[in-house]
Amino acid sequence: MERRLEGLSASPGIAVGMIQPLLLAEGQPRKDAPACEEREALHAAIARVKADLTRLSGRLSGIEAGILGFQIALLEDPELVHHAETRIADGLPADQAWIEGMAREILHYRDAPDLHFRARADDLADLRDAVLQALRAEPGPPLALKAGGILAAEDLTPSLFLRMDWQQGSGIVLGGGSMASHVAILARARGIPMVVGVGKVWADLSGPVLVDGDAGIVVAAPSAVRLAQAKASPVPAATVDDGSGPTLTRDGHRITVELNVAALSDLDGLSPELCDGIGLVRTEFLIEHALYDEDAQFEAYAQLLHWAEGRPVTLRTIDAGGDKPLAGYSIEGERHPFLGLRGLRLSLARPDVFSIQLRAILRAAALGPVRLLLPMVTAPAEVAAARAHVAEVAAALAGEGTRFVVPPIGMMLEVPAAAMAPGQFAVDFYSIGTNDLAQFACAAARDDLHVSTLADPRHPGLLAMIEHAIREAQALRRPLSLCGDAATDRATLEALLAIGIESVSVAPVFLPRLRSDIRQIDCGMRDRP
Amino acid sequence: MRQEAALLREARDSAELTNAVGLHARPSVKLTQLAKGFGARIEVSTSADGPWTDAKSLVKIMRIKAVQGETLFVRAHGADAVMAVNAVTDLIRRNFGED
Repeated sequence: MERRLEGLSASPGIAVGMIQPLLLAEGQPRKDAPACEEREALHAAIARVKADLTRLSGRLSGIEAGILGFQIALLEDPELVHHAETRIADGLPADQAWIEGMAREILHYRDAPDLHFRARADDLADLRDAVLQALRAEPGPPLALKAGGILAAEDLTPSLFLRMDWQQGSGIVLGGGSMASHVAILARARGIPMVVGVGKVWADLSGPVLVDGDAGIVVAAPSAVRLAQAKASPVPAATVDDGSGPTLTRDGHRITVELNVAALSDLDGLSPELCDGIGLVRTEFLIEHALYDEDAQFEAYAQLLHWAEGRPVTLRTIDAGGDKPLAGYSIEGERHPFLGLRGLRLSLARPDVFSIQLRAILRAAALGPVRLLLPMVTAPAEVAAARAHVAEVAAALAGEGTRFVVPPIGMMLEVPAAAMAPGQFAVDFYSIGTNDLAQFACAAARDDLHVSTLADPRHPGLLAMIEHAIREAQALRRPLSLCGDAATDRATLEALLAIGIESVSVAPVFLPRLRSDIRQIDCGMRDRP
Repeated sequence: MRQEAALLREARDSAELTNAVGLHARPSVKLTQLAKGFGARIEVSTSADGPWTDAKSLVKIMRIKAVQGETLFVRAHGADAVMAVNAVTDLIRRNFGED
């Protein structure tokens, strides 16, 4: 018998499959056992983690694969378990011995004077936890998703999402979560239907379910009729080619359509002909494992430029903090993380990391049209400080004889006070971040299901704020685009085009729908400059 | 300083770390993978007289934490010692192929 669960749509599309609950049991500490058994258990756990990482790295490229390759090579070195083995011989259970051994290694790096070596502590901590989980939990990799499986969980973190084996036809059901969370962004980028906020009942789901990411519902034990309907309805595929060329509204206004990208793989199979460029690169995801690796960052940006074939690529500097913690970088335990040390504020507080990123961006800008975008800007002085860092980095690169270009520098308009006074900032372009602007303007946290629907992108007050920013930008002849999720909703898109938005950027999965929506919308009586 | 005799069972040489990040993750992986391809015992040090570190252990190599500008001394014992030392110093001089 069908059962219908109401939730919120977080990523569009329809998926049908068997439920696979994600149970991240912490695992029980191991009981004492003979040393030979513990030794064997440790080696088996390491072998499992190694097999897991090897499988994962086969599907990745660039930075992601490089990081895993390093971790795999560490696991292959008998020296890594040497101390743990000694402690097991002393009578310690394998898990405790492993923690002790790894603590020594991690300490080596935490105290290193060189940033690159300090950053390696995270790799070791990652390995420590993975092996620990394999040691303590039931055998079997918990992160593998069967082909076409529907993942059910209370919540999901971005790092867990990236570790999962996502197959075509997979779907996600979350008890909690939010449609604006970063897992939702990642799910949309990969085209995985996701429904959030179904409540505690997620834990009762079993057997076949249908995830309707368009309507925001989950149907347990779906009927044959419903399954037939689901098969008949078109699946939004990012690779659908609806013809290249410019995107015009029905009454002939040219709208610039760009992509929001979090990883190189978001662009797999997608032709750059379908868009006008990359409007937003979320570098906090793209280079999260390479904060101190300038060359790896440069390589990642170069690959995006290569894909774009001469179209502009907008690199937003690391936007961590808020609901995007970055281990070893962002501040933990802030009382109000959305209002705290995040985005550009954090970059200015961590000039070491910021300078490395700026170096990589300026070098990449010598290869093609790069735009540098600053997130979460509040005060003109912050832009001035960022520009001073850019000037310093440019001087250093010039001194070394390294090729570079200082790209146009723009800012996100996501803080209401900044959106009302864009002309006060010394920037070359603007990008409106509707997710944050809506939550701040409506005083409704986007990760709180009780109030998140209040952060309505069509609130007249919010639209008035956006229109004000558009007019100021036009008067200054500075380009303005919009890169939030708001443009993915037909009615909201219509409202935004009506007040003068001429450039939008969305996740690749939404591109075909956005282009077809724009073609059906009339901008109407409004005069465009 | 390089010893050329092909049948020598012991060889040593040195090279300066000129790549930006020094003996960091990726260079260390390349170094250990190269070293494992030789039968000789290969050791490195940041000083001409040691202490010496097994070049086939990534964990140990990473512990050296050698940075740009330091000189890496390489020594090897075994039938293919000369080839091994040449290959390792060549890798260092080529900036670990990272340019």
